[in-house]
Amino acid sequence: MYSCETVIGAAPLPGKNASIDSLSWPREGLQAIPDWVYTNESVYQREIERIFHGRTWNFVALEAEIADAGDFKRSYVGPTPVVVSRAEDGSVHVFENRCAHRGAEFCRHSRGNNSEFVCPYHQWSYDLKGNLQGIPFKRGVNKRGGMPKDFRNEQHGLRKLSVATRNGVIFASFAPDMEPLQDYLTPEIIKDFDVVFNGKKLKVLGFYKNELPCNWKMYHENLKDPYHATLLHSFLVVFGLLVAGNRSAMVADSKYGIHGTMASAKSDSLYADIDEDKKKEMRSFHEGMRLRDERFLEFVKEFDSEWSVTMQTIWPNLIVQREMNTLGVRHIVPNGPNSMIMLWTMFGYEDDSQEMVQHRLRQGNLMGPSGFLGLEDNEAMKFVQEGVRRSVTDRSIVKLDAEKIGTADNLISEAAIRSMYQHYRKIMEF
Amino acid sequence: MLSGFEKKSVDHDKALAARSAVEEFHAEYCAVLDSGDIERWPDFFTDDCLYRVTEYENAALGLPVGLVYAEGKDMLHDRAVAIARTQMFAPRRVLHIVSNVRILDVGNEEIVSQSNYMLLQTLVEGATTLHQAGRLYDRFARNGNLLLLRERQAVYDTAVIANDLAYPV
Repeated sequence: MYSCETVIGAAPLPGKNASIDSLSWPREGLQAIPDWVYTNESVYQREIERIFHGRTWNFVALEAEIADAGDFKRSYVGPTPVVVSRAEDGSVHVFENRCAHRGAEFCRHSRGNNSEFVCPYHQWSYDLKGNLQGIPFKRGVNKRGGMPKDFRNEQHGLRKLSVATRNGVIFASFAPDMEPLQDYLTPEIIKDFDVVFNGKKLKVLGFYKNELPCNWKMYHENLKDPYHATLLHSFLVVFGLLVAGNRSAMVADSKYGIHGTMASAKSDSLYADIDEDKKKEMRSFHEGMRLRDERFLEFVKEFDSEWSVTMQTIWPNLIVQREMNTLGVRHIVPNGPNSMIMLWTMFGYEDDSQEMVQHRLRQGNLMGPSGFLGLEDNEAMKFVQEGVRRSVTDRSIVKLDAEKIGTADNLISEAAIRSMYQHYRKIMEF
Repeated sequence: MLSGFEKKSVDHDKALAARSAVEEFHAEYCAVLDSGDIERWPDFFTDDCLYRVTEYENAALGLPVGLVYAEGKDMLHDRAVAIARTQMFAPRRVLHIVSNVRILDVGNEEIVSQSNYMLLQTLVEGATTLHQAGRLYDRFARNGNLLLLRERQAVYDTAVIANDLAYPV
């Protein structure tokens, strides 16, 4: 069921959608989150303006998706449709998917290859960098009609965004003077980002898309909340992927507090080396649970990293997934306060053997809208959105590990959620 | 759309008999899924089966990823047990409608077919919604009129999934 198909409780309660000037943050400060950050239409509009269209780098594509000159992809910055294009000289360009003439969203295919972009309405054409090339009947017919003499094509190109790339990952920004991408990402985050994006050529394995009937921030919070991992996902515990005592970390960047890395290491880096007695104990946790096909849980140590799992939240719209050997990026498209779209791109590397590709595909069953773990996150976030949207109570509490804001040294902590909201309140002026 | 599932020239009577067997298979398969008896689901497959659910764009571009991807009946068994016993999701009812069965190829030991499917889902509060519409590309191992799936590729048109897909197709 899509969120637009809601039958009971579709109308917002007044308290959950009050005038933005009447909103004030709860007196508990960062130890509480008011429901209106998830439910209020005006708050959502301000988020688009100040966050997604503001001074942020937004993920738009992997370079592997537009490998050749003329390749393009439809994408989004916040909820705004953009086109990511590779020009003849190999450069990458991002522009609004909106014809400069009458506003038509001209690019209709998810991806493809062309030598120019032509708006189907009046056939205005743009080059691969978004410059206006041609206008039919620009000088009119028989010296009548047409554009004014002083009309300059170069003043009417597509609206172009700033573009930055790092090891095959493309980001865009509506801000014309963004700080360099590496400064924005911060060294703490780049450390694990560069493990996955290490310069090796990526090979796209495929896509999933889903609507989550929840506010976009909940997805960040879920991956800054290591507390839920061993509680919601009993699968992780049953099969020893993450158990109390595993080495783990919840890192928040120290510059902004908005990016994060949730990391854990299997008790030994190779499945075969896990202590048999421990494994038996964990298995008895769920009577009768045995995997018949254990290939699924094998961990091929392919990276020089202390972690077997890193889930990175890169503000405001990117998740980088390295769950053992299943790799992917998740692109958040906010869709009103009560909905978000998630665009998944799963990948490996060009030099993967066929067996490694199949291993990644098998392990892919952990994640995604039908994944053993992924499905549970989606369900939990739907439950939270319904709770905050329809109840009379007006706030939730984030008191775990209460003295800390930012990086946590243990799993039973909400410190990274608090640092995200510290930044959020500053930008949003709440 | 998928290579290996091209329409071959098939004798009319053989096609009718095969279609009847495939339709009967679909009816029994859907009855098990729709009754919630998920742990019986792997019984419809051969030991060496391939099972994949994927969106049409992956199929069209030849990309291998599956929303669900299983090599062999053991992986299906593991998924069935996880769904039945460990996974957390809101209660729901599902209804599979399979129709337009086309026999693409028939042999004494194999039937290849394509069918259309609709998956209807009903949550505790809410309308019954069309959760997925798509095509089933099936390769059956045949022992007379007794069929087992050697390969199923469920290719869905409904690219933006409403939250998640809990039960298989």
